[in-house]
Amino acid sequence: MIPGDFEYHRPNSIGEVVSLLSTHGDEARVIAGGHSLIPMMKLRLAAPEHLVDLQDVAGLVGVSEDGGAITIGAMTTQTELIASKVLAENCPIIREAALLIADPQVRYCGTLGGNVANGDPGNDMPALMQCLGATYLLQGPDGTREVDARDYYEAAYFTELKDGELLTGVRFEKPVVGHGYAYKKLKRKVGDYATAAAAVILSMNGGSCVSASIALTNVGDTPLYAQAASDALVGTALDAATIDQAVALAESITEPASDGRGPAEYRTKMAGVMTRRAIEEAKERAQ
Amino acid sequence: MSDAQTMTLEEREATLGGVGTARKRKEDVRFIQGAGNYVDDVKLPGMVFGDFVRSPYAHARIKSINAEAALAVPGVKAVLTAADLKPLNLHYMPTLAGDVQAVLAEEKVLFQNQEVAFVVADDRYIASDAAELVEVDYEELPPIVDAFKAMDEGAICLREDIQGKTEGAHGLRKHDNHIFEWEIGDLEGADKALADAEVTVKELITYQRVHPSPLETCASIASMDKIKGELTVYGTFQAPHVVRTVASLLSGIPEHKIRVIAPDIGGGFGNKVGVYPGYVCSIVASIVLGIPVKWVEDRIENLSATAFARDYHMTGELAATKDGKITGLKCHVLADHGAFDACADPTKWPAGFFNICTGSYDIPVAHVSVDGVYTNKAPGGVAYRCSFRVTEAAYMIERMIDVLAQKLEMDPAELRLKNFVQPAQFPYNSALGWEYDSGDYPTAMNQMMQAVDYAGLRKEQAEQRDKVARGESRSLMGIGVAFFTEIVGAGPSRNCDILGVAMFDSCEIRVHPTGSAIARLGTKSQGQAHETTYAQILATEIGIPSEDIGIEEGDTDTAPYGLGTYGSRSTPVAGAAAARVGRKIRAKAQKIAAHLLEVAEGDLEWEIDRFKVKGLPEKEATMKEIAWAAYNNLPEGMEPGLEAVDYYDPPNMTYPFGAYLCVIDIDIDTGESAIRRFYALDDCGTRINPMVIEGQVHGGLTEAFGIAMGQEIAYDELGNVQGASLMDYFLPTAVETPIWETDFTVTPSPHHPIGAKGVGESPNVGGVPAFSNAVIDAFSHLGVKHMPMPHTAWRVWKQCQELGLTK
Ligand SMILES: Cc1cc2nc3c(=O)[nH]c(=O)nc-3n(C[C@H](O)[C@H](O)[C@H](O)COP(=O)(O)OP(=O)(O)OC[C@H]3O[C@@H](n4cnc5c(N)ncnc54)[C@H](O)[C@@H]3O)c2cc1C
Repeated sequence: MIPGDFEYHRPNSIGEVVSLLSTHGDEARVIAGGHSLIPMMKLRLAAPEHLVDLQDVAGLVGVSEDGGAITIGAMTTQTELIASKVLAENCPIIREAALLIADPQVRYCGTLGGNVANGDPGNDMPALMQCLGATYLLQGPDGTREVDARDYYEAAYFTELKDGELLTGVRFEKPVVGHGYAYKKLKRKVGDYATAAAAVILSMNGGSCVSASIALTNVGDTPLYAQAASDALVGTALDAATIDQAVALAESITEPASDGRGPAEYRTKMAGVMTRRAIEEAKERAQ
Repeated sequence: MSDAQTMTLEEREATLGGVGTARKRKEDVRFIQGAGNYVDDVKLPGMVFGDFVRSPYAHARIKSINAEAALAVPGVKAVLTAADLKPLNLHYMPTLAGDVQAVLAEEKVLFQNQEVAFVVADDRYIASDAAELVEVDYEELPPIVDAFKAMDEGAICLREDIQGKTEGAHGLRKHDNHIFEWEIGDLEGADKALADAEVTVKELITYQRVHPSPLETCASIASMDKIKGELTVYGTFQAPHVVRTVASLLSGIPEHKIRVIAPDIGGGFGNKVGVYPGYVCSIVASIVLGIPVKWVEDRIENLSATAFARDYHMTGELAATKDGKITGLKCHVLADHGAFDACADPTKWPAGFFNICTGSYDIPVAHVSVDGVYTNKAPGGVAYRCSFRVTEAAYMIERMIDVLAQKLEMDPAELRLKNFVQPAQFPYNSALGWEYDSGDYPTAMNQMMQAVDYAGLRKEQAEQRDKVARGESRSLMGIGVAFFTEIVGAGPSRNCDILGVAMFDSCEIRVHPTGSAIARLGTKSQGQAHETTYAQILATEIGIPSEDIGIEEGDTDTAPYGLGTYGSRSTPVAGAAAARVGRKIRAKAQKIAAHLLEVAEGDLEWEIDRFKVKGLPEKEATMKEIAWAAYNNLPEGMEPGLEAVDYYDPPNMTYPFGAYLCVIDIDIDTGESAIRRFYALDDCGTRINPMVIEGQVHGGLTEAFGIAMGQEIAYDELGNVQGASLMDYFLPTAVETPIWETDFTVTPSPHHPIGAKGVGESPNVGGVPAFSNAVIDAFSHLGVKHMPMPHTAWRVWKQCQELGLTK
């Protein structure tokens, strides 16, 4: 539990970060809240020779509204997400999910950027970003580009992020006013990653579901956007048979690992139970 | 007149803060301010650090070890391997169980994370970096992970160092992977009871491998002064005096030139009783280098390499009449000891006091046999917050009683009431050889049943079951009853010793001229609040306020010899020595008082904190006055000072007991269990500090909750330890921990000087079966007899699935 040797950098601007990353190539890693990276370094699963700390980089913190869109800076902590008025009013599912991450100590440090950039299938925010249809804002030596959260994840810890690139923030359209939502997470205890979790956002009109979006956490080696399950809900009254069908579709895309949380079969079933509960609660909350 | 003379009796009692007072824990002042002094807080000048190279394999032959690259790292002082220890005869060390354990692996590694080399360097970072550079060439061998396969014909021999030896420390070895067979009771009688019985039940009950997981991991600092020839060792030791004796025997350094200091200890729970390779390596390295060497484990090392607990596969059988009178018990245990037998039991007890397994019941005939086997897992087998193997015994009998109740279609509480040892039977001689000192089981059981409205709970459960059957609810209700009897306070020298040292304990006290005192004991608190409670025992005996009595333990240079703290032995043994040492002080004080008051000793009577002349209440001498006089105004010929020492060899063990009840609600769809209610009635005899008792019960119940619902040190089929981190190993946080309701009865121990029995471990012993019985009870109406612990959500869900309850 003792990390290897590394050099520590503390730049002030995105430009400096990008240039440090270009100079040191794959020997460098950015560090945000450190609550995923430092444990990996202590276990010597990661041994970066250069750590580029983002704490002092200007312009990476905060939640801002721009018309129908919300942008969240990469260095915004989970605690800040929970406290954000803009999010509470426009997109309360983020608060609901953030409160289920780890414990207050971890949330004071852990950032949205670190959570989504890393590609750890255990993290809760990636599926939520997929559910929201968010876009990731990346910046590298060749300038800026955008990647959809639904296209970003390739495999555990493998993402679209290229060497030398940094995630500066995420942007998404506000879910419609009156939407229903729920983030349901089964875990063994406080501070645990999900056995399975489901994010659901939907909207209803005259008793009929007009839009739905479902994504799953920690039941595959990436977050899973449940397209078919989402589609199955649209145009229905979210009756029992429809929900059963959506649950079965959600379960069918899972490929969980067996671990201390339970064997794969159980985790698939729990993805189904979480999906069911999230749909039911979202339906109740929808106006 | 002084304050002491104008105070009322009640005020004097309150000032005294003696037995029965809910006095605040004295040690918390430093603990809650971060001012404790744990081993890792100790920093000696010039100190260097050791770190282990550990085996990635569960079973492999070591073909070569090359430390060159590691030695070349600047700041590396030494790399120790078995080859360095062998000439000193230290590559193996004796265990408390009469086996030997490799300090550093010589020809083979026998469990994953076994110690292979010890790297010493200027700081922890260098030591860790260098440890990665030690090249060890292994040839993998097939591991034995399943204890049931250890003694298969043709099974690979794990312990080549004792291959072919048919005699072990505890008799015959039947197989190369067999450690011992231990047998007690009447086999013929038990077989006959089973053959003749109207009803019998049999069940394999496994108590999984768990780990005590103290918050502070194990650590030591050895400092050899080569000029004086003196060795000082700081360490996480529950039994520092024994460690000194062992260190002297192993190193050849005379015992008076070794000083062992156990500073504040952050929890032990049995994990810190034994001797570990880290301790030995830090000592050897310091002897070689002549500078202090510190070793501190990390969490993974603690969970995967230092002593585990339980891992007992117990096949229980009960014989009974149709109307529920138990007529006999038989139990066979397959005990998985891992790679070395490093159980921390009294030397003559290879399966601890497992023969307490007749529990609280008057069972006329019983037989127990235990086979210990080697597997490719970490060594250990310690008493995790319990007396030796008592929690295993309690779990087996309390599960079997429920299994029998189910077969008889009888309420489990009623079946217990029907079979209790009755109050008039004490002292009670059990079929397996123990003499229970005192108890009143029916009163405790009835008090529990009334407090929780047991009949009402059963009614509610029946209604809830109907609702589930009708499809109106997805929640199953379980009610777990457990009634346990512990056996603690080891122990009488006639049957208890550790490596030949009788299991007495001791207290030494010195009263100062101004009327305060310092007392030292042979035990060692790891959080049990000894500084608080021992002072209360002494206060009541000698009339000096507990606030004015300092308590010290853990330094072998100052404290009297004792066997340490585990098995709830501190109060029964050292607490008794404290009471008796107090009586010695009071006897001398009485002589001094008689001299001061110019009366005969017999004319005096004791009152809280002073002697009074009978019939002349205004003539009195307070302890404060007597203490002063002890240093300047003594009766003719009396030795000055006010000091005493007592070594107490207990005549018997003590037998705390309790009645626990747990109500659980199970979510059929996820398998999650919610503890709705937990009630714990404990009888630990005389209650020294009710608040400390309550705290001990809360802590023990929380551990029991962890064990029953989530803790397991599991291995995959290759012997890779699974989830040895606190992410996977379930230590409940405040969020998961249920609310505890505590209650008590008081049945004093007849042989203990103040009637106290020890309580710290009872809640772990009684709690585990209460939780487990509750989970299984939720399914009992569906024919489920037993479910393996830990009752994690997925395992419970699996049960639901097998019963066709899930969607
Ligand atoms: C005990 C514990 C329990 C936890 N439980 C949960 C949980 O239940 N759910 C959950 O979601 N998370 C959990 N976490 C993880 C926690 O939320 C992390 O803090 C978070 O995942 C990572 O954020 P960070 O700011 O700490 O990132 P860091 O640890 O600093 O970085 C993580 C990785 O992302 C990279 N990175 C960071 N920022 C950027 C960026 N802007 N651009 C590109 N790459 C970047 C780093 O290089 C690194 O590889 C837990 C952590 C702990 C210690």
